[in-house]
Amino acid sequence: MITINPCSAELPGVLGETMPFLCDGTLITLQSAIGGSVLAIALPVGLMATSRHRGVRAVARVYMEFFRGTSVLVQLFWLFYAMPLLTGFQLDKIFAGVLALGLNLGAYGSEVVRGAVRAVPRGQREAAVALNFSPFQRMRYVVLPQAFVEMVPPMNNLLIELLKATSLLSAITVADLAYEGRLLVNSGSDQLIVFALLLAIYFLLSYLITLLMRFVERRAARMVGRERPRRRAARAAEAAR
Amino acid sequence: MIRFDKVGKRFGDVTVLRELDFHVERGERVTLIGPSGSGKTTILRLLMTLERVTSGTIHVDGQCLSHMRRGDRQVPADERHLRQVRKKIGMVFQQFNLFPNMNVLRNITEAPVRALGVPREQAEEKARELLKMVDLAGKAHAHPSQLSGGQQQRVAIARALAMEPEVLLLDEVTSALDPELVSGVQNLLRDIAHQGNLTLLCVTHEMNFARDISHRVLMFDQGQIVEEGSPEQIFTEPAQQRTRDFLQAVLNA
Repeated sequence: MITINPCSAELPGVLGETMPFLCDGTLITLQSAIGGSVLAIALPVGLMATSRHRGVRAVARVYMEFFRGTSVLVQLFWLFYAMPLLTGFQLDKIFAGVLALGLNLGAYGSEVVRGAVRAVPRGQREAAVALNFSPFQRMRYVVLPQAFVEMVPPMNNLLIELLKATSLLSAITVADLAYEGRLLVNSGSDQLIVFALLLAIYFLLSYLITLLMRFVERRAARMVGRERPRRRAARAAEAAR
Repeated sequence: MIRFDKVGKRFGDVTVLRELDFHVERGERVTLIGPSGSGKTTILRLLMTLERVTSGTIHVDGQCLSHMRRGDRQVPADERHLRQVRKKIGMVFQQFNLFPNMNVLRNITEAPVRALGVPREQAEEKARELLKMVDLAGKAHAHPSQLSGGQQQRVAIARALAMEPEVLLLDEVTSALDPELVSGVQNLLRDIAHQGNLTLLCVTHEMNFARDISHRVLMFDQGQIVEEGSPEQIFTEPAQQRTRDFLQAVLNA
């Protein structure tokens, strides 16, 4: 069996001259997307937005409105170019990128978390109070597992948004996929082919995210009994009786 | 066991309970009847600390529900105090409210394990006994959505009893059930009422059930008790016109 390394310079023609660079770019793109900061920010802030304490809610609200209401690109410029002027502290470019994307999309993510938590029926919390769970336990064992199912589809959208938004990092000279593509075009590679490859690679990556999230969604739905895992087994047992 | 002193409850401009006084002895079984909106369910919700009183005080076993002492002052109860008083009280809801993210066994064991710190094995053993009692021994690993309404409610009853409450609150527990499932749940509750020494507070529209299980019946209207007495007296010779009207309406429905 012949295996073909898609990143090899041995590939014929234009592919051989472009793919090694695009592969490097893809790695950087993935690195910036998998920074993980979106989920890390979305969960706590989203929960803060459902807090009983007005002050806590207000902090979450201000964060969400601010980062949703300003452009990622501008936030990126602030973190990477303006902040060093103000504080004298220069962030690494990929780190600045991951941070800006995390803060921006995290704001949308917190809205998703907040909505999902609020959508858990009130009776569920009340039953948890009646069973004397502590507030933390109510959240951890009753509310969050049920809210999680609701979060997965919008989070899928958000992660795809995130993946695509990483192309903005080329504006602060992070050598991501989009950046490598433009370099290739500038140095004389066939525009149509390079741009077509860019499309294909971005699409493949986001489709991978979707597949992964569908898997997560099915697992989660099963956990709250939306789908019955042993339906067939149960029916067989019923019939045997 | 339970004492209401001049309890008032308002939701915005709507007064649900006004200056309500009553008490329930340990082991006593009391049924609250009355038209909807008369404040019966609110009484249970106040006891379960799902709502807070607007005025007045509620004591359970000598402990105040809504306030606690800090130094010489009465201050509103904090979460720790609430968890302390909730230990004595269990509740079964109209809509069952089983947790869909857990199987039947887990629904029953989760609270004893997490909230009381009972070892899981011990909690499961107890849960299996309770499941046998509610006649669902084979359903330990079923998912709530695989059960009928009546079965779900029986699990909910087992779940409440697993916490070994001294007071059990029943909030219209058969109202959401299909008619043919009602008697199963009622029979179970009758058995529980007659064999245990649980203090029972029950809101229901099923007058036969009320007659069977209670020592005392309280007739509510507009947030006040209009009449109280033994089931025989209330159901056969009610003294108040309001009670007669209500019973007539319910029994002819």
